[in-house]
Amino acid sequence: VSTTVYVPRDATACSLGADAVAAAIARQAAASRQPVRIVRSGSRGLFWLEPLIEVSCAGQRIAYGPVRAPQVPELLAADFLHGGPHRLNLGPVDQLSWLRTQQRLTCARLGVIDPLSLDDYRQHGGLAGLQTALSMTASGIVQTVVDSGLRGRGGAAFPAGIKWRTVLEAEGAQKYIVCNADEGDSGTFSDRLVMEGDPFALIEGTIIAALAVGATRGYLYLRAEYPAARLVLTEALATARAAGLLGESILGSRHAFDLQLRIGAGAYICGEETALLESLEGKRGQVRYRPPLPAVRGLFNCPTVVNNVITLATVPLILQHGAAFYREYGQGRSRGTLPLQLAGNIARGGLVERAFGVSLRELLYDYGGGTRSGRPIRAVQIGGPLGAYWPAEKFDTPIDYEAIAAAGGMLGHGGIVVFDDTVDLAAQSRFAMEFCAAESCGKCTPCRIGSTRGVEVIDRLRAGDRPEFQQSLLRDLCSTMSSASLCGLGGLTPTPVLSALEYFPEDFGPRAARVVARG
Amino acid sequence: MMDVLNDTELAAVTAALDANRGLDGALLPVLHAVQERLGWVPPAAVPAIAHELNLSRAEVHGVLSFYHYFRQQPPARQLISLCRAEACQAVGARRLEAHVKERLGIDFGQCSSDGNFALEAVYCLGNCACGPSLLIDGQLHSDVTPAHFDALLQDSAP
Repeated sequence: VSTTVYVPRDATACSLGADAVAAAIARQAAASRQPVRIVRSGSRGLFWLEPLIEVSCAGQRIAYGPVRAPQVPELLAADFLHGGPHRLNLGPVDQLSWLRTQQRLTCARLGVIDPLSLDDYRQHGGLAGLQTALSMTASGIVQTVVDSGLRGRGGAAFPAGIKWRTVLEAEGAQKYIVCNADEGDSGTFSDRLVMEGDPFALIEGTIIAALAVGATRGYLYLRAEYPAARLVLTEALATARAAGLLGESILGSRHAFDLQLRIGAGAYICGEETALLESLEGKRGQVRYRPPLPAVRGLFNCPTVVNNVITLATVPLILQHGAAFYREYGQGRSRGTLPLQLAGNIARGGLVERAFGVSLRELLYDYGGGTRSGRPIRAVQIGGPLGAYWPAEKFDTPIDYEAIAAAGGMLGHGGIVVFDDTVDLAAQSRFAMEFCAAESCGKCTPCRIGSTRGVEVIDRLRAGDRPEFQQSLLRDLCSTMSSASLCGLGGLTPTPVLSALEYFPEDFGPRAARVVARG
Repeated sequence: MMDVLNDTELAAVTAALDANRGLDGALLPVLHAVQERLGWVPPAAVPAIAHELNLSRAEVHGVLSFYHYFRQQPPARQLISLCRAEACQAVGARRLEAHVKERLGIDFGQCSSDGNFALEAVYCLGNCACGPSLLIDGQLHSDVTPAHFDALLQDSAP
C-alpha cells in the first residue's frame, strides 16, 4: 500500500522549493522501494513553514516543515512516510494551534484536497450547494444570499445578495457574471490561495450566481501576475466543462452557463469593477462614470454581477448549510468569516480565517508572533495600498467593517501589512502618491495630476521647505482628491498619506529632527 | 521607416488572430497571444490587428500602451520583475531595489546595454508573507536579500 504525501503546489511554496521537494521524495522513495503517491495540494497558508508537506498516516495527516529538497534523505531515514520523529515533524496538522483556532469555512478545503480532482472536491462537500441551488427558484437563491449577510469581500463590502437582486430584476436578454480575480492590493493573497487550492469552489459559486440572476455567460478576470493560478483555473474549467458543470445544461438541468478565463495585463486599476469591465471589452482599463451601476448596465451594456473571488467561493457553503449557519458567525453588520492575510514584516505570516470580531492584536501577536525582524511593530497598513497606517494604539480594534471604518480605517480585502520600527512613514506616504501616479487610469484630473503633485509636496515637506505651508497644501490636495476623484484609487490615496501624517508626524520633519525624535 | 512584420512575426500575429478573433472583447487575448509567441508586440502588428478586429490603429495602440504587461520593445535575454509594493517594502525591498539597480546598472523600464537584462517594477506578486519577492523570467523567488539576488543571477545567467 502506498503512502500519500501532500506537497503544496501554490506559488509561494514553489518559490521556496516545493517542486524540488516533490521530485526528491518521488525519486528517493522509489529508489528505496517505498511506494508513495504524491498529491500536489494547495497551501494551507502557514507560509513561514512552507514547503509544508503532510504524510497520511493512521487516519491522520502528519506535517513536516519547512522542508528543503536536501533534507529529504534524512526525512526518509527518519521514516517520515510513517510519521517518524524528526526535528521538522510538527505533529498532526489539524492540531497545530495556528490552524485549530481558526474558523475555516471558505478556506476549509485549502491544502486538504487535490485542487484539480473533482472527485476529491465532491468528497469534501463540493457541489452540494449547487445541487441545492438547482432545486430552488432564482429569487430563492438570492434571498438565501441576502439572509446570510454575505458582503462583497473585494473591499467595498456591499451586500452580495442585494447586488444579485438588482441584476435579477434588471431587464436584459443577456446577463453576465464577472469574477474579479485581479487581486492587486499589496498584502493580500487569499484569492490566489483559493484559486490555486480550491478552484472548483470558485467555479461552483459562479455557477450559483448565474442561476440566481439568470446569467448564461461569465468571465473570470485573473491578473497576469498569477501564472500558477492561471494553470490551475484553466485545467479546472476544462474539467468542469467535461463533467457537465458548465455548458448547455448545468448538471442536466435546463440552465446553460459558459465561463471563460481572461487574463489582465498588469494594471492595478482593473481591480476597480468598471475599469475591469472596460478591460474585458478589449479597451483601456479606464473607470466609468456611474450611474448606471454595472448591475444595471455592465459588461457590453448588459446587467452584470461583479463579485470578488472570496465572495463567490463562499456562496456554495451558504447554499449547502443555509443562510442561518453562515450568519451565526461574526458580529454587528459584519456576518460570517473573513480570510485575513498577515503580510510584510511578520514572524508567522499567512492566512487566518476567523469570524468577524477577532482583534487586530490577536492577529498580529497570537497568530503573527510579532515582526520577522524581532523589532517592535510600529505600524500596520490594513486594506491594501489605499488603507490607513495605524499605530499600536489602534491594535484593539476588532476586525469588523464598521468598527474599522469608525476608527478611520478600511478593512478592504483583509490584508494586514506589518512594519517594524525602522519604517519611515513619510517615505510610505510618498510611495502612496507615487503608486497612484503610476497606476492612475488618467480619466479624472484629481487622481492623474493630484498624485504627481502629491509626490512633489511630500518631497518638499521632507526636505524641510516651509513645512507648515506644505502640510496645509498637502491636506488641501488630499481633500480635493478624496472628494473629486471618480473612483477609489484617487479617492482613497489620501488615506495612507493623512493617517501617516496624523499618527506619525515626527517622520515628516527634517532628517536631523527625525533622528533625534527616534533616538 | 515603416515597420514590416517579418515571417515569424506575421505567423505569430496570424495565429493569435485566428485563435481569438471570435471572442467578445478580443483585443487583450490577441495581444497576449502575440506576446506569448514573440515575447513582445512589434509596432507593425498594430495595423494588422486593428484591421482584423475592425478597430482603429489608435484604439489598438491605446490599449497596448495602457497596460504595463505588454512590451513594445523586444525583450532582454532575462527579465527581472521586482516587487515594489508595501509588504515587500516592510522587509527590505527598497534596499534590494537599490542593490539590483546598481548591480545591473539600469533603472526600472530599462534594458542593459549588452541586452542581457531588463528590469521592471511590479506592484504585488501575492507573495506578501515571504518578501522581498521578485520574478526572474516568470519564476517567483521569496526572501530575496541582495546576496541572494547575486546568487540567483549567477545561477540563471543567460
